[in-house]
Amino acid sequence: MQSFTRAVIGTAAVALLATACTGTSNAPQADDDATKDVSITFWHGWSAPGEAAAIAADVKAFEAKHPNIHVKVVGNINDDKIKQALRAGGANAPDVVSSFTTDNVGTFCASNVFADLKPFLDRSGIELDTTFPKPLQDYTQFQGKRCTLPLLNDAYGLYYNKTAFKAAGITAPPKTLSEFDAVARKLTKVKGDSYSQLGFMPNFHGYESTATHFAALWNPTYFTPGGKSNLAKDPAFAAMLTWQKGLVEQLGGFAKLEKYRATFGDEFGAKNPFHTGQVAMTMDGEWRLGMAREAGVTFDIGVAPFPVPDAQADSYGKGYLSGTVIGIAGTSQKQNAAWELVKFMTTDTDAVVSFANAIHNVPSTLDALKSPALTADLKPFIGIAQHAKSNTTPASPNGGAYQLTLQDFGYAHEAGKVPDLAAGLAKTDEQIDKDLAQAK
Amino acid sequence: MTSLRQKHRTETLRNLAFLSPWLIGVSVFFLYPLVSTVYFSFMKYDGFTPPTWTGWKNWQYVFTDYPFFWPALRNTLWLVVVMVTLRVVFGLGIGLLITKVKTGAGFFRTAFYLPYLAPPVAATMAFAFLLNPGTGPVNSILGSIGLPQPGWFNDPAWSKPALTMLALWGIGDLMVIFMASLLDVPQEQYEAASLDGAGAWQRFRYVTLPNISPIVLFAVVTGVIQTMQYYTQPLVAGKVASGVIGGAGQQFEPGYPDKSTLTLPQLVYHLGFQRFDTGGASVIALVLFALAMVFTAFLMRSMSERSVA
Repeated sequence: MQSFTRAVIGTAAVALLATACTGTSNAPQADDDATKDVSITFWHGWSAPGEAAAIAADVKAFEAKHPNIHVKVVGNINDDKIKQALRAGGANAPDVVSSFTTDNVGTFCASNVFADLKPFLDRSGIELDTTFPKPLQDYTQFQGKRCTLPLLNDAYGLYYNKTAFKAAGITAPPKTLSEFDAVARKLTKVKGDSYSQLGFMPNFHGYESTATHFAALWNPTYFTPGGKSNLAKDPAFAAMLTWQKGLVEQLGGFAKLEKYRATFGDEFGAKNPFHTGQVAMTMDGEWRLGMAREAGVTFDIGVAPFPVPDAQADSYGKGYLSGTVIGIAGTSQKQNAAWELVKFMTTDTDAVVSFANAIHNVPSTLDALKSPALTADLKPFIGIAQHAKSNTTPASPNGGAYQLTLQDFGYAHEAGKVPDLAAGLAKTDEQIDKDLAQAK
Repeated sequence: MTSLRQKHRTETLRNLAFLSPWLIGVSVFFLYPLVSTVYFSFMKYDGFTPPTWTGWKNWQYVFTDYPFFWPALRNTLWLVVVMVTLRVVFGLGIGLLITKVKTGAGFFRTAFYLPYLAPPVAATMAFAFLLNPGTGPVNSILGSIGLPQPGWFNDPAWSKPALTMLALWGIGDLMVIFMASLLDVPQEQYEAASLDGAGAWQRFRYVTLPNISPIVLFAVVTGVIQTMQYYTQPLVAGKVASGVIGGAGQQFEPGYPDKSTLTLPQLVYHLGFQRFDTGGASVIALVLFALAMVFTAFLMRSMSERSVA
């Protein structure tokens, strides 16, 4: 009996261990015939009715051009679902996938979960340099492997309350950070131990006032050519943190600003502090203008590029860029048909312009950026998107972990918990390198 | 001899057949995940590419290099000690009070039980609204009577006490269990104790408590295990308080404010689904499993020793 029991347990253990070895995503050959009648599934993350309608219109335009390819659209998908679906594969898994999280491109490319698009681009004769702006090319590839393409773009700029500017006697938006600091001070109205109006919320929890968005104003280099974290060696980061903390002090100090920040509504809700007049200026993406209108904002809103460091005044007009990415599932058996949809959505100028106008995003191709059909609202951001010095955060094998670590250090620094900035940045480099080593 | 062996084998197979539902359940829902988790804790696995052996690398990373692990462990232990204790004491106290109520007992039972039925996300969002340090009614009331106004979910020192308040608000589950056990204590024991001159505290200490001690043990053990799995409330509280609850592509900041609401289950998600590091996530899952086992064994043993004594 004992030997029988041992045999049962042993067999079970071996079976468990063996089944614990999971399958992998074996990329199929793209040998499907895209000219035959075929159905493909497209997953995306948009969920608002207007956005879903814009996607539906885009897909309808595609199907009109490719009547043999039928697209099943599934919305409101996040990266967690994408990961699980692509891992499992099967008939219901998507063929075309878009993701808002550009930070995950490194993981998607490195793991082959998204198919390599280079053969498709070559076959279609698409030259990346003449099709997409350089920063958008950067955040859609990882270490030379192109597994996604940009599907619209987000550009960050300065929104300001024109009514508050007029009341304070300010005639034009600031162009350098020293001008910006002075304007922020002038617009700040203290009330008791708080504010009735704050010029600008510089704290890193102030929604889009993140360390990476600010750092883009200095054109930083996040990693050395060898892939090591570069925060301590690139003076851009110390300069950014020093400027940010200086502004925090000028506007009343960290604790006072944090207390005021706690009164803010949700970033993406109607009570956003810029909508309510709690802050007179904010850094935000191109979507803010539409949201402000929907929230019923009554004051005049001005939009301009975010001010730049005084020493780089000639680079005024640049900003941080990010955006949605789109790719083909590595497990898809219909990659040629899937490519037709990806190609249409990312490179067809009319499709890109219509989609950009519909969801208030910046278009992602060079031709679309020049289109006269773009709405006036997008114009200021078109300039930012096209500026030669606009930049983005690089892809990394562990997603946005390095950005989170930098942001975490920023929280400590703005709160006055970092006695030695250079040593703190060096320690942050060490942490980022440890996280990267774990991901490799 | 052969027929005896054959009979023995037949009996064994029959017994195994009767046990098979349990064996299949335990194998599929306990042993397989457990063995898989141990296996993956020694592998590099992103969910897509084949797992590769890394030895103790994941363990070393989690214990020495992962900056969120120790704050999350400290928070989890704080919640186990403070929240579980207060929940048991509060649940028992409410149960005692309601069993004594003569009129309106049904109303009070319902009133105390209803919050337990509230969905955790909705309840946490409501608490975050009530406790908003700038606009919430709680601080408005505190301020109007000259009391300090804490930062609640926005202050690292107050975020865990605020979560504890939320847990005490939803005490309905423990209240019902304690009420049932309290009503089950034989009345004659109270009468005998009273005749012997026992006061209220002595009746509670020497009659009530010994009778309900298995229920107390059950409440503590399940409370510890639930707290080890505490995920939704701290995550939602942190996200709502930080203001970043929407925004596609937004980075996930674990444990706002200042890692004070970070718990170990959040790290399982953070590593496993945000960094695609199944190995590191498995290590944390095993730490949770070991902690739950140690706590449970310790509690069971100390209770059994007490009952023997």
